Amino acid sequence: MSNIPADLRYSEEHEWLRLEGDIGTIGVTAHAAERMGDVVFVELPETGARVSMGETFGVLESPKAMADLYSPVTGEVVETNPALEEHPEFVSEDPYGTGWMVRVKLDNPGEAGKLKDAAGYTALIAEP
Amino acid sequence: MSEPLLHPKLGLRPAVGPRVPSSIFELSRPGTGGQKILPGDDSVLDDIPEAMRRKEPADLPEINESQVIRHFIKLSRLNYAIDTGFFPLGSCTMKYNPKFNEWAARLPGFAKLHPLAPDSTAQGTLQMLWELEQMLCEISGFEAITFHPAAGAHGELTGILMIKAYHISRGDLERVEVIVPDSSHGTNPATATMAGFTAVEIPSDDRGGVDIKALRATLSPRTAAIMLTNPSTLGLFEDQVDELLEAVHEAGALAYMDGANLNAVMGYFKPGEAGFDVMHINTHKTFSTPHGGGGPGAGPVGVGDKLLPFLPSPRILRDENGNFRLETQDERPSAIGRMRSFQGSTSVLLRAFAYIRAHGRELQQVSEDAVLNANYLKALVRHVYEIPFPRHCKHEFVASGTEMKKRTGVRTLDIAKRLLDYGFHPPTIYFPLSVDEALLMEPTETESRETLEVFADALIAIAQEAYEDPDLVRAAPHSTPVRRLDDAEAARHPDLRWRPAKGDDAPC
Amino acid sequence: MPYARHSDADRAHMLATIGVDSLEELFSDIPEAVRVHGLDLPGPEAEQPRATRLEWLAGRNRTDLMSFLGAGAYRHYVPVVVDEIIRRGEFLTAYTPYQPEVSQGTLQAIWEYQSLIAQLTGLDVVSASHYDGSTATAEATLMAIRQTKRERVLISRAVHPHFRKTTETYFSGRFVLEEIPVTPGGSTDLEALERMLVDGDVAGVAIAQPNFFGALEDMAAAAELAHAAGALSIAVIEPTSLAVLSSPAEYGADIAAGEGQPLGIPLQYGGPYLGILASTEKLMRQIPGRLIGRTKDVDGKRAYVMTIRAREQDIRREKAASNICTNQSLCALAATVYLSAIGPTGLHNVATNGAEKARQLERALAAAGAPRTHSAKYLNEFAVRVPDARQVHERLIELGVLAGVPLANFYNEPELADSLLVCATEVTTADEIAGFASALEGVLA
Repeated sequence: MSNIPADLRYSEEHEWLRLEGDIGTIGVTAHAAERMGDVVFVELPETGARVSMGETFGVLESPKAMADLYSPVTGEVVETNPALEEHPEFVSEDPYGTGWMVRVKLDNPGEAGKLKDAAGYTALIAEP
Repeated sequence: MSEPLLHPKLGLRPAVGPRVPSSIFELSRPGTGGQKILPGDDSVLDDIPEAMRRKEPADLPEINESQVIRHFIKLSRLNYAIDTGFFPLGSCTMKYNPKFNEWAARLPGFAKLHPLAPDSTAQGTLQMLWELEQMLCEISGFEAITFHPAAGAHGELTGILMIKAYHISRGDLERVEVIVPDSSHGTNPATATMAGFTAVEIPSDDRGGVDIKALRATLSPRTAAIMLTNPSTLGLFEDQVDELLEAVHEAGALAYMDGANLNAVMGYFKPGEAGFDVMHINTHKTFSTPHGGGGPGAGPVGVGDKLLPFLPSPRILRDENGNFRLETQDERPSAIGRMRSFQGSTSVLLRAFAYIRAHGRELQQVSEDAVLNANYLKALVRHVYEIPFPRHCKHEFVASGTEMKKRTGVRTLDIAKRLLDYGFHPPTIYFPLSVDEALLMEPTETESRETLEVFADALIAIAQEAYEDPDLVRAAPHSTPVRRLDDAEAARHPDLRWRPAKGDDAPC
Repeated sequence: MPYARHSDADRAHMLATIGVDSLEELFSDIPEAVRVHGLDLPGPEAEQPRATRLEWLAGRNRTDLMSFLGAGAYRHYVPVVVDEIIRRGEFLTAYTPYQPEVSQGTLQAIWEYQSLIAQLTGLDVVSASHYDGSTATAEATLMAIRQTKRERVLISRAVHPHFRKTTETYFSGRFVLEEIPVTPGGSTDLEALERMLVDGDVAGVAIAQPNFFGALEDMAAAAELAHAAGALSIAVIEPTSLAVLSSPAEYGADIAAGEGQPLGIPLQYGGPYLGILASTEKLMRQIPGRLIGRTKDVDGKRAYVMTIRAREQDIRREKAASNICTNQSLCALAATVYLSAIGPTGLHNVATNGAEKARQLERALAAAGAPRTHSAKYLNEFAVRVPDARQVHERLIELGVLAGVPLANFYNEPELADSLLVCATEVTTADEIAGFASALEGVLA
């Protein structure tokens, strides 16, 4: 049973968003991390880069697969998680905590409303 | 480590030799090696500016010849190979590699010839290549062959670039898509991307063939080509191939054939005659050239008259006096250019030449036995492994481990690893992607009935183990020199080269 | 069929087990419209007459000429142990090491190859090899394009013509390849390079060391110019020269690509050869093709495995950086055994012995009336001026000398029209040099 924290918003591409004011912290869900297997490398954008809702902003790599990361929001990257370079496994082990990926200053914080809530995401991944 | 348990009838058959040795760097002892090359006068380098000279000598290992031999022979004994056992690898055609071909390649007349040797001094090799082209044209039904590509994927790129040049030459710049079936080999979409196209995937139908309705719906003025494998990567002949080709050509697109599975149809089906516009051949599959642990292979490409003008340059020509020569640079301006240095992986092609001459028209029987063997193996295991496509296969077939995974938790990967304990290299696993928990098996024609039966017995034994003792299978292999490797750590902190003074952990 | 395994009884049994009456039934799904009936081929040919035929063909090639031909493929002495090892069926007929537990031989040997090339180039990441020098160079330029996200690559006109042509074909109009001119002295025009970098839109600068004319380049200056313009520096290298010449790492190159044939691989009329491709660690995830890594197995034992595979075509498919599916594994093994057998002193001797013979050759040819075309320093290859170079070249063949190759075969500059590109290696003898010089003197007289 995948872990789906109630206080986060979720995209259809299995990213989560924690919104605090107009800053959103983004990562991948436990469901996505499980499907990837051991994460060995995370490719993230530079600070200052622009991201757009639904567009790719990085890549996750495991020994057996690569997955594009799709931004759940539109805005500017203000911070990337420095720990992931040495410890990509944080994404697998603690996807909502130490495995966070980027912090984005949203152009429009209201945009987060377009994302699913925990119940909506649970329903999405329950589909066969 | 507990005693490995094995089926009583089949016994303990370790697939390869003992332990992983030290690396050549750890074997290095100063002053013990070399003495193979005469020294030169070091002062000759004085005229070279110091800024261009090496500051730190390269720290290469010094090993005595006897140590070199022992080291590499020990390494060789850690390898499974066709010369030591059966490889039922689907899509690879691991047939016997004749030793005659090795002898031929080493004849000094062939081995010592420089690739820029003037044509008049290279008549033997040029004749061999020209004759090979004729024979491959006869086998494949195409008009001409280029020998440039060094591998199948390289051949794919060559073919797709020729298709691109063809459309551009007709002033048609809209064709930016290449259609690939979902069962295609990964090189197909990767090739499309490399050539600047967008790969568009279409599904297979429930018979395992290309879904012709989906194809018709996807074909458009934006389609440059379709890349098809026939027989498909499921080992099934596209019995609607004539309709498929018609639809493709009607849409103004060209048809590329991935010739990886040619071993199934020689003498029965000629892609060029059937209407394909271009095809690559894997000499290391169909024509017995050795895999060498990952290469070198060769991927000659056949074309029909539409694409002939675009073949890479130079081609090998014969003049009216029966002399052979290379095309000159400006002789065919429509050529797409070069795909590599010089003319091709000649020594690999020479091996294919010798193989084809050995068989001649009996290449048809090669395909017959390949197809016979695959169907026989399928018949032996079909009551234990699901076969998603029950119709007669060609030279390979796919089984699925989905049911087994559901009931026992044992996956195709585990079955593959357990086969190592039974002394077999596993089949291709998790390919094609369109079949869940896929096991793709291709015995080839050079395997005996007995080998197929013992292999089938091993598969059946493992299936039984999966139900009775799944943990045994999931922890396999038990008997190989190394066991389940830590892929994740290898990818997370890649250790790609020896580093001096590391105080390395000792080899086993 | 010489390698057939079945008796008629076997076939009958197998057909019965499958449940068909004849083999024909297994091919009945091939539609009549595309069905053919047999092959019109000569043979089958038994081993004995086939051996005669192959010997006859080999005999039609002339390998009795005294050869001074290089131009991207070189005669070197290959110690006998190399062939001993690469002939072994366990290496020769092994498959790609997707099942590492039964492929440690191949995997360790290639890891050792990677390590040796890393030592020679000073670059930490070495691919398990590419098809040849041309395709490795093409891939190097594509790496620079991906890394910098720029679309223009500068390549010296003195890089091997085949390498340049292949890169152009690989670009297939999607990117821009521009040639940096060459000075009359024979090396790349660095002033011109500086001017070409001014717009700041260049992804990579590729220069060969030694270059096609055998001339030595100021690689450090070229790398500096590239970096100042935000471009990557690509060094096209020749591996035996790295025993005595500065390594790519020493002069600041980001990527090294080149032809590995000199490392224990026979001439074989052009292949299979060995594409060397190496980069700094920063570019590790941009390098196409296979990488072998060292790791541990579940019991803690040292083991080798293909790594960072998710980048490769079978997983990444249309998003893969390259479609490459193979490497030249057996050729890389040959290079590994070659370097192990001759050792660092041996490689040093290959370079110095060749350089010494080349200087003897230069003096002898100059005395015979053919001075050097260029003035740049060289290691063991250079061009000489000869009037009517093509005719002279043909005449010399009749006299038993393969006098390199006319530069006019590759370049249309009038100042290179009457030049022959020649080389010497450690296998060149004083007698051969004297023979060449005297034949040349006779032809020019």
